Amino acid sequence: MAMDGSAARKQEPAERQELDSVVVRFAGDSGDGVQLTGSRFTETVALAGNDLETFPDFPAEIRAPIGTTYGVSAFQINFGSRVIMTSGDAPDVLVAFNPAALKTNVGDLKQGGLVILDVGTFNDKNFEKAGYKGNPLEDGSLTRHRIFPIDVSKHTLEAVKDSGVNKRDGLRAKNFWALGLVDWMYDRDVAPTIKWIESKFSKEPEIAKANIAALKAGHAFGETAEMPDGVRGFTLRRAELAPGLYRTITGTESLAYGLIVGAKLAGLDLFFSSYPITPASAVLHALAGLKAFGVTTFQAEDEIAAIGAAIGAAYAGALGITSSSGPGIALKTEALGLAITTELPLIVLDTQRAGPSTGMPTKTEQSDLNLAVYGRNGDAPLIVLSARSPGDAFDVAIEAVRLATQFMTPVIVLSDTYISNAAEPWLVPDVGSYEPFPVGFRTNPEGFHPFVRDEKLARPWVKPGTPGLAHRVGGLEKNYNSGNISYDPINHQRMTDARKAKIDGVANAIPEQAVEQGETTGRLAVVGWGSTYGPIYRAVSNVRRDGKAVSHIHLRHIWPMPRNLGELLKGFDQILVPEMNTGQLVGMLRNQYLVPAEGLNKVMGRPFTISEIEAAIRSKLD
Amino acid sequence: MNDTVSPRALTPDSFESDQEIRWCPGCGDYAIIKSVRKALADIGTDPDQVVFVSGIGCASRFPYYMATYGFHTIHGRAPAIATGVKLANPALDVWVVGGDGDMLSIGGNHTLHAIRRNIDLNILLFNNEIYGLTKGQYSPTSRVGTRSPSTPMGSVDYPVSALVFALGAGAHFIARTIDTLQKHVPDVLKRAHAHKGASFVEIIQNCIVYNDGVFDDFTAKDVAADRQLHLEHGKPLRFGKTKEKGLRFDPKSMKLEVVTLGENGVSEADLVVHDETNRTLGTMLAAMEPPDFPAALGVIYCSPAESYDHAVKAQIAAARSKAPAADLNALLRRGHTWTVDRPQA
Repeated sequence: MAMDGSAARKQEPAERQELDSVVVRFAGDSGDGVQLTGSRFTETVALAGNDLETFPDFPAEIRAPIGTTYGVSAFQINFGSRVIMTSGDAPDVLVAFNPAALKTNVGDLKQGGLVILDVGTFNDKNFEKAGYKGNPLEDGSLTRHRIFPIDVSKHTLEAVKDSGVNKRDGLRAKNFWALGLVDWMYDRDVAPTIKWIESKFSKEPEIAKANIAALKAGHAFGETAEMPDGVRGFTLRRAELAPGLYRTITGTESLAYGLIVGAKLAGLDLFFSSYPITPASAVLHALAGLKAFGVTTFQAEDEIAAIGAAIGAAYAGALGITSSSGPGIALKTEALGLAITTELPLIVLDTQRAGPSTGMPTKTEQSDLNLAVYGRNGDAPLIVLSARSPGDAFDVAIEAVRLATQFMTPVIVLSDTYISNAAEPWLVPDVGSYEPFPVGFRTNPEGFHPFVRDEKLARPWVKPGTPGLAHRVGGLEKNYNSGNISYDPINHQRMTDARKAKIDGVANAIPEQAVEQGETTGRLAVVGWGSTYGPIYRAVSNVRRDGKAVSHIHLRHIWPMPRNLGELLKGFDQILVPEMNTGQLVGMLRNQYLVPAEGLNKVMGRPFTISEIEAAIRSKLD
Repeated sequence: MNDTVSPRALTPDSFESDQEIRWCPGCGDYAIIKSVRKALADIGTDPDQVVFVSGIGCASRFPYYMATYGFHTIHGRAPAIATGVKLANPALDVWVVGGDGDMLSIGGNHTLHAIRRNIDLNILLFNNEIYGLTKGQYSPTSRVGTRSPSTPMGSVDYPVSALVFALGAGAHFIARTIDTLQKHVPDVLKRAHAHKGASFVEIIQNCIVYNDGVFDDFTAKDVAADRQLHLEHGKPLRFGKTKEKGLRFDPKSMKLEVVTLGENGVSEADLVVHDETNRTLGTMLAAMEPPDFPAALGVIYCSPAESYDHAVKAQIAAARSKAPAADLNALLRRGHTWTVDRPQA
C-alpha cells in the first residue's frame, strides 16, 4: 500500500490522460465544509465547459457528533465532455476527510477506484467513532481500491501558517486544500474559487487568506509533489452543449425562478406561503430574497395556514403558491379540497422525501404520487405535473402557472430531494421568448354568477373590490346555475361531473405524449416520471447502442395523462416503470389503460443507478 | 380604497344578500348580523370592498347572508385564509367570523398567530360556549360541568377565556359585547374597524337550542346593570342600577375589588379610571367573571402598532426602490455564467 509520498513519481502536465467523464465524491463530517467544496468544484467544472450533474447527500442532523458515521455529509459530481444525465453510478474518486466518511462511502466506489484519504484524522478515537476496530489501512479491508493516504490536516496547517488564523480556523481550510488537489487532478482552474472566497469572506480577510492559501497549496502539491502510482493528472474536453449562455442551477432555484416568470406571464402578483420543512424550505428562502420582483412571501404558523393563506391570496386575485414535502402536503389536503371545490388557481409544490411519516427527511423518494393524484376526501381531481431535472423544474413551474390560471384549479408540482439539491448546467432562456398567458379577470356583471363556466369549464376569476360582482364561495356544494348553496342530489352529480370533466379536459391543452428515445411501438417501453429521467435515459441509450429495441417514455403531465398515452403504451409488448416507490405510477397506468405494466422499484433514499435500470431492461429483452 | 363612501346612500339593507338565513329561530346570530350590517352602513364602506371570511359552524354561515365578497372556508382556518386575502390586497376591508369551537379549538393556532402578527383583520368571535352545528357538544369555552352529548356527566376540563387568550397572543385591540345589545354592538364594531391591525371582538351569543340561557347570569334584564361594566376610556369604572358600584385597585393584593360608593368612605376618586392603552388593566378586566365581578363590555384594550400587512408591503416597497429596474432576464443571469459559442465537432 502506498504511503504518503512514497513509491511516487513526478507527474508532468504533458502526461495528462484524457477522460470522457468522471465521478468524484467528497465526504466528511457535516462540519467539514463538504457541501461547500462540492458546490465550488461544480462551478469550476461548469466554467470549464463540462456538462455535469451533482448529488449532495447530507444528514438530517445539523451538527451530528463529530467523527460519527451518521454525521457524514457527501457531495458527488459526475462531469464530462459528453452529455451527463445522472450524478453517476459509482465514484471513480472518493475524497474522504475522516474514517467515518471512508467507512460509509468506500463501498460505493468503483473497483480499483481512488481514495484520497486525510490520514490527519486517523487516530483510535476516530476509528472507534466510525466503528472500525483498528486502522482500516492495516486490516486489509481496502484492497479493492487504490488508497492515497495523505495528511491533509498537516499540509493545510502548514499552508495557512502565515494567514494569521488560529489552529482551529486554519484546520477548517482543509476542504479547500483538498479542492486544490482535485482541481489539479482534473486540470481545473482555481481562479473562480479564489474569486468566490474573496467575495464570500470579504469581511474576514484572514479567513479568506487562509482558504486561498490552502487552495493554492493543494493545487501546488499536485503539481510538484511526487505522486504515488496511479495518481495522475487528467483532462476533460468541453462538453458538446447547445450554444448559448449557461449557468449552473439547482432545482430549488429553478422552481423559484420559474414561478416568478410564470406569474409575470400570467400578469399576476406572486404570493408564496409555506412552513419550514426539509427539504422544501429552500424555495421559501429563495423567493424571500426576491422582493424586488414584487414577491410576497409568508412564513405561516403551520402547513395548513400556509395553504390557507395561499388560497386566500388566490381568492383575492394573486397567484397563490404553497410548498412543502410529504408530511406537510398530507396536512394540506383538506384545504386542497376547498381550493378544488371553490375552483381557485393554486400551485402546490411537493419536494418529495423518503416516507412514510417523518421518514428520512434529507433523502430522496418518489412516493407521494398517489397522495398527489388521489389523496383527498371526496372526488377531488386536480392537475399533477412532475419535474425531471433541476433545469426542467423551471419550465414545469411555468406550465403549472399556465394550467392553474387557465383552468381555475390547483396544480401539484412534484419535485424531490434529489432535484431540489442537485445542480446542472442550464442554458439560460430569454424570458421574452415565452408566450404570455395573461389572466382575464371578470369585470362584467352581466350574466355573472361565480360558477358560470367557459368553454374549458373554468369559472370566472373575480378580484374582490370589483364593482357589482360581490359574491360568496365556500366549501359547501354549489348550485350549477347560481353558485348558491345546494344540497340537491342531481345538482351534486352535475357539479362533481363538471369538476372531473374540467380536469379531464386539461388533456386537450397539453402536448401529446412523445417518445424520448426509440420507436413508438416495440417490445419494451421504459416509462418514467420525475427525477428518474436521467438514469432511465442513459440506461435506455446504453441498451439501444447494442442494437436492441427499447423505447423511453417520460411523463411530465401526470394528471390528467396525455390524451394519446393509452394508445402509445398499447403499442408495446412490455412496459417497465422504474420508480423510487413501491409501485405508484405503474398502478395508475394499469388501472387507466389495462396495460401489462411492471414496476422496477427502489426506496433506498438514493436515485437509481444507470446499471440497475440497464440490468432490468436487458433481463426483459433477453 | 376601503374607506371610500359609496355614492349611493348605504343602509343596513345594502349589506343584505338575497340568501334566506338558515339559523334557528331566536338564534343570537340574527341580532348580530343586524348590528354588523348597521355598523358597515354607518362606516360607509363600499360593499364591493368588503370581504367576510369564515370557518365552519353556525356563525360561519355569516358570509352567505352579506351582500359583500365572502368566503366560507373550512373548520378553523378562516384567520389563515383571511391573512392571505389581506396580504394579497391590503386595500380590502377584511372581516373574520367564527364561533368558539372554530376559532379557539380547531383553529386556535391560526387565531393566535393572526392576532400575534397584528394583521389588519376585524375578527369577530361569536361565543356561545357550545358546538351548535354538530348538535350540542361542549366547547373550549364551556364552563366546567357542562352536560352535553359528549359529556353526559358534565365536562371536567377548564374553559379558555377568549379575551385573556387574545391578550396572551399579543392583541393590540380586544373588545367584548353581547348579541342583544343593538346599540353597543355596532359601536364596538366601528371601533374595531377603525383600529388598524388585528381587532379581536368577543360577541357573547345565546344558542337557543343547545345552550339557552347560559349567559343569563349577566345578560338577563334583572341582573344586567349589576353584572355588566360598560367601559369608557377616561371614565371611572362604575356599574350598578344607579352606578353605585365601582372597581378599586388594591395595591396589596394587586387585584381589583368591587366597592360601593359612599360606603366606608369610598368616593369616585378611589375608582380605577379606564385606560384602553393599559395592558395590565386590560388583562384584569378581560378576566373578570360574574357573579363576583361584572363582565367587562366595550373596548377593553386598544394600543395601536404597525400592522403586519403594512410592514410586509413596506419591505417589498423598500426592496423595489432599491432595485427599481429588477429584470427577470438579469435575475436568471445572476452569478457565474459562461458562454458556449458553437456546437463543437
